[in-house]
Amino acid sequence: MRTLEQTTQEILDLASKHFNVPAGTLSPEDDFFKKLGIDSLQTLEMLSRLENHFGVELPDYEVQGVSDFRTLASRIQSRL
Amino acid sequence: MLDLSKYQSIGAALKDALEEFSREVCLIEADREREKERLTYRDFKERAQPLAKALQDAGFAAGDRASIIMTNQSKWLITAYAIFFAGGVLVPLDYKLTPDEQWQLLKHSGAKVLITEYPIWRQLGASAGRAAATHLGTVLVTEAPANADLSGAHRWEDFRGAGEPAFVPRSRTDLASIVYSSGTGGRPKGCMMTHENYLEQCVALTSIYPFWPGVRYLSILPTNHAIDFMVGFFGPFICGAAVVHLRTLRPEYVREAFSKYKITYVSLVPLVLKNLQKGLQTRFDALSPGKHKALNLLIGLNKALTKSRPRLGLSRRLLKQVHEPFGGQLRAIIVGGAFTEPQTLQFFYDLGIPVANGYGLTEAGTAITVNDLKPFRADTVGKPLPGMQVRILNPAPDGIGEVAVRSKTVMSGYLNEPELTAEAMVDGWLITGDLGRFDPAGHLQLFGRKKNMIVTEEGKNIYPEDIEAVFESLPVKEFCVFAANYIWPQRSMVAEQLLLALHLEAGQTYTEELRRDISARNNKLLNYKRIHGVVLCDADFPRTASMKIKRNALAEQLAKLDRATAFLPL
Repeated sequence: MRTLEQTTQEILDLASKHFNVPAGTLSPEDDFFKKLGIDSLQTLEMLSRLENHFGVELPDYEVQGVSDFRTLASRIQSRL
Repeated sequence: MLDLSKYQSIGAALKDALEEFSREVCLIEADREREKERLTYRDFKERAQPLAKALQDAGFAAGDRASIIMTNQSKWLITAYAIFFAGGVLVPLDYKLTPDEQWQLLKHSGAKVLITEYPIWRQLGASAGRAAATHLGTVLVTEAPANADLSGAHRWEDFRGAGEPAFVPRSRTDLASIVYSSGTGGRPKGCMMTHENYLEQCVALTSIYPFWPGVRYLSILPTNHAIDFMVGFFGPFICGAAVVHLRTLRPEYVREAFSKYKITYVSLVPLVLKNLQKGLQTRFDALSPGKHKALNLLIGLNKALTKSRPRLGLSRRLLKQVHEPFGGQLRAIIVGGAFTEPQTLQFFYDLGIPVANGYGLTEAGTAITVNDLKPFRADTVGKPLPGMQVRILNPAPDGIGEVAVRSKTVMSGYLNEPELTAEAMVDGWLITGDLGRFDPAGHLQLFGRKKNMIVTEEGKNIYPEDIEAVFESLPVKEFCVFAANYIWPQRSMVAEQLLLALHLEAGQTYTEELRRDISARNNKLLNYKRIHGVVLCDADFPRTASMKIKRNALAEQLAKLDRATAFLPL
């Protein structure tokens, strides 16, 4: 079982790879809308990738209003 | 043209439709690749009637208000019908609002009953706002886990009365729903919509975009939104069509739904439409030079053949590869909620996919004008729908003035806000706050806004005063949030931004620390509500005798500044 820190780090790695952001420039507190310059639709795409990676299903309402990596990680963690 | 003149209420019209089309499919609900529900109108009635009876047994009566806070799904529509059947007033709220905002609107609306999903109820329960909603008695929660703590709520699935409910007639002038157009800060704007508003809007809209049994509407826009309520519930149900709900709006499942369910109509906000355009353009760009050239030839041919009117069959044959992923049955994409750029509309029309572009406001009962495609025009928002009177007030020499509307679809006013109502409705005309003019062909063209608000590409109306609370106690002398276009009018309805006007204390400077403080507070807002920059003002803000900021006078002061240098991006 992953720890929350591991889950968070994996999310950061995947996001930086998917959106071509240099590794190590993202941090858990970052607002991913701002930091990645993405809109709500691209966020949904990112979620699908994260679901595939972690093997979980994350209903849309679970991520409603979430905009930072750490909260996103905790939502995923609760379903692992 | 649809004739609903014999009906006095939404409930009565829907009740007859449920009988008339009893064998037709009315709802399909899918969760990812799994189809969860497929209901006929008869099934729908059998689910809704016991709910209506249970509501009545719980004391719910004519004129009582019931709120729905749910994502799009069959239970939303079943519940709404049960409320109308029982003579109630529907209060559809946005599930994307924060729990505090939802409680505020529940209180403001005076809702006695709340129907919501378990995860939303859990979040509402954790908010301190609950104590304010004193009217609220009954709460129904859907899909709660077996051992869940319902905190006094009932399970929607078990809330069923025995026996026949009594249909409660209403009159056309009675309140049917309270729809919050926006404004969750200090002054919620609850549009009071009558049964007549909906009956007339349904007739007007279906005269141009008709529904019939076999038509399938993909419901993506939230059903609490006036557009989806009309074209994703009332319109299709009155005509025996089917509505498809998806429990997740991930792009891959939305794409799949088009072909899987042979979708006829879909409503989108401009942001999603643009995204769809981007996806198609990327696909086209990846073609080999030869195929790309052939595609461009076919698009050119389609364009020439559909110049005067759409020819769906022909376009589908000519551009088969483009149409197939859309299921091959798509008749039109309805776009609403915000302004759509003409080049996006033209892109789709040239591919043989008409976009039903129009202009509307919640206050006007959804649509005021719609492009009738005779011929298609990307540069306008179409002609007024049947029954709509549209005037341009105080036109400038170029013909541009404020758009005003009068029709049976216009709301009766804002709930508990006589002053706001008096400002918005003058001598029976709804003053929209939008700037426009008519072209010689009678099409309305829009040129920006007169009012202090913005509409995002996702169709969200943002009133600056609603977001000021996060900047309370900012260490400055005074501040005020504005729509940038309200200060520096632009003849455009795209890329609207909010700004924070700051008046610093004597001797204070705009430091990096202050910028960071503003940025941190800004980040607490939902992303579409955030300000984009700061404008510094060196005079005291003009205020009323009761010390309220005179926003229009302050805007006039700020307008004297040069936007290019005064606007400091955050």
